[in-house]
Amino acid sequence: MPMRSTASGGTVHGSGVRRVGRRTVLAAVAVAALGAACAPGSDAERPPTKAPDAVETDVAKAGSVTLTVWDQEVQGGQRKQIEKLNAQFQAKYPNVKINRVSRSFTDLQNTLRLALSGDNPPDVVEANQGYAAMAQFVKAGMLLPLDAYDQVYGWRKRYPKGLTDLNSVTSDGKLIGSGSLYGVSLNGEIVGLYYNKDKLAKLGLQPPKTWGEFEQALATAKSKGEIPIAFGNQEKLPAMQLYGVIQDQYASKQAVRDLVFGKGGSWSDGPNVQAAQKLAEWARRGYFTKDANAIKWDDTPANFAKGDGVFMFGGTWWASDLMDKMGDKVGFMLPPPAQAGGASATMGGESLPWAITAKSKHPDVAAAYIDFITSPEAMDVAVETGNLPALAPPTKKPRGALMNDILAAWNTLSRTDGVTPYLDYATPTFADAFGGPLQELITGKTTAQQAMRKAQDDYAAFQKKK
Amino acid sequence: MTIVARPESRRARRADRPAARRSGAPRGAGSPGEPRRIGWLYVLPALLVYGAFLLWPLVRGAQFSLYEWDGLGPATWAGLSNYGEMLSDPVLRGSFGHLAVLIVFYAVLPCGVAFVLVGAMSRARVRGLAFFRTALFLPQVVAMVAVAVAWQWMYSADGPVNGLLRALHSLGLPDWSRGWLGDFTFALPAVGLIGTWVNIGLAMVLLLAGVQKIPRELYEAARIDGAGPVREFWTVTLPGLRRELAVALTLTSILALRNFDLIYMATGGGPGDATKVPAYEVYNRTFNTGEVGLGCAVGITIAALAFAITAGIRRAVEGRPDRAEGRA
Repeated sequence: MPMRSTASGGTVHGSGVRRVGRRTVLAAVAVAALGAACAPGSDAERPPTKAPDAVETDVAKAGSVTLTVWDQEVQGGQRKQIEKLNAQFQAKYPNVKINRVSRSFTDLQNTLRLALSGDNPPDVVEANQGYAAMAQFVKAGMLLPLDAYDQVYGWRKRYPKGLTDLNSVTSDGKLIGSGSLYGVSLNGEIVGLYYNKDKLAKLGLQPPKTWGEFEQALATAKSKGEIPIAFGNQEKLPAMQLYGVIQDQYASKQAVRDLVFGKGGSWSDGPNVQAAQKLAEWARRGYFTKDANAIKWDDTPANFAKGDGVFMFGGTWWASDLMDKMGDKVGFMLPPPAQAGGASATMGGESLPWAITAKSKHPDVAAAYIDFITSPEAMDVAVETGNLPALAPPTKKPRGALMNDILAAWNTLSRTDGVTPYLDYATPTFADAFGGPLQELITGKTTAQQAMRKAQDDYAAFQKKK
Repeated sequence: MTIVARPESRRARRADRPAARRSGAPRGAGSPGEPRRIGWLYVLPALLVYGAFLLWPLVRGAQFSLYEWDGLGPATWAGLSNYGEMLSDPVLRGSFGHLAVLIVFYAVLPCGVAFVLVGAMSRARVRGLAFFRTALFLPQVVAMVAVAVAWQWMYSADGPVNGLLRALHSLGLPDWSRGWLGDFTFALPAVGLIGTWVNIGLAMVLLLAGVQKIPRELYEAARIDGAGPVREFWTVTLPGLRRELAVALTLTSILALRNFDLIYMATGGGPGDATKVPAYEVYNRTFNTGEVGLGCAVGITIAALAFAITAGIRRAVEGRPDRAEGRA
């Protein structure tokens, strides 16, 4: 390219020769640069599939290995859990050195894309479930399918189907819940109902046994000047979780799963609109903290602990903090079922799955590591460090009433297969496309139908593009 | 670098060229002070850094904006469709509308306020000027993230702003307290006022420096001619401050254009899409939703806007020095 431009510059006559020549050279360099810079992204090379009998399970034979692991376990109990497991693994296999890189959830989300698309990605990463993360990584061929390792280590047998489905996706990234397994998770998560025992006693109420009782309790709390539900929704995601809990009351769990994973259904279906109407009704009756859209998510448990709220919907990840602040005054339950003694369904799942990158040089060691940190013994470590293990711990019992409540809720939910997926898995843009309209719904700026219509528009556009 | 160097060297060469030709002297060995080719060698290190870290990313960004790319897999050529989508997507179009509002709060309002204050101060010597100058400039020194966190508290349900409004309410005024940053109507102006608070100091310091440069004789002459404070402002202060005003407007407008940190920390673009601005969308589309091409298209558009606004301000405020001096 530069050669040709010099030649063309030479044909220009007169005093402008140098000037035009230089300008042409500059332009040509720019064009050449554009041309030389190949199209962004590279063609996806499918990682080769491995036969199960080619898997080496004896880590000691691997020689001296440095395993780079990216995780997001930076919070108290989870950090301790991983530190302990890593230490145990390295003690068991002195030839392996774990190079741990931990970042907050958001930071990991933002940097993982760049890291995975580079030539030298980490060996093991925590890649979030859903179409925004794992499915895209799989589609681009950046994660290793774990089927061969699963046959050796038996992960699918170890975990309930609902949980391995969350970490499975077809190799084209189009359908979550089918295809190969791409990751294994450590901890369980539920969005449930926290309640302030003192406040309930003062209002003369028992923890509600049915959804009807729960709504009555809300009305009673409101009439006696309490804030019925502590709620902070600046980030939009909290309203999606709250909506999801209500949705599980109206729509069947299978319908919700199919909808989120793109297997069928519409967000503007009857039950889904009803759920939005209920949310709007609660907002209209003043059941939520005032100006909820201006309150940060992280401030919600702090407000609840201060006594601003009789109930609070929230994830089990808040439990250890709440236990520190409220001691035995806080209880946790699954959202009450329609009929007393019925099965509850609620949103939840498992912590971020640990996956192996396609370009990892030590996939066998990485698989052994993942097996180690998800073993039954590791579930004991989870309980010891104040976390909710995905599987029942074989020997250890949790400390404190709250952790016992939570473990019981998790066991019930696992037994009845009542976990529904987080709604933001549905499309990469759902947090804005659905969370935004929900913020409007709470302030009465839009109707339930309109909000669900907007969600459906985004969902349909993504299904078409996918 | 090259852009600055070129016009001068061209002019010099043109003036010199006939002489050089006549004497047959080799190019590059002209009279002292004439730019020579070796000059390129001197600027080469800076040029390399500039090229590698500014020009190259700009070129790549422009290139990415022509592709549909999720940041991971192979990209597909999309032509100008990302730019088309930018114009048709209501959220992105809305973000440019918000930007226009924010430019008023970030640039027009602070410069206007600072201008009037400086105009008033120019008439009299102010005691403790250095102190006020420092105090006003302080918001500029504080990191934007810290500013955002501080104002988030100021605007919070139990924060000082609502505290003041409730106090007014108890005096009989209507209750204006609300969750400012979560309110669909008031979140954008609330964020805008943070920008005004930050930028008044910058505009003020720039204009104060300028006003001290205006000869006192001009004011005295104006007063002898019977000019009042308003007349004096229009005939002496304003023309004398044209250049400083242009600088202040340019800097504050650029701050509004690249306003990401404040939005990201204070509102995250919410509630709904009420405070989304293009700079935030560049980040959001590129890193959150995997629309790298679209994010880059917005980024390139911001760059073009910055260029246009800067050039526009220069022309509008600074462009006619002869007339300005003539009027003074």
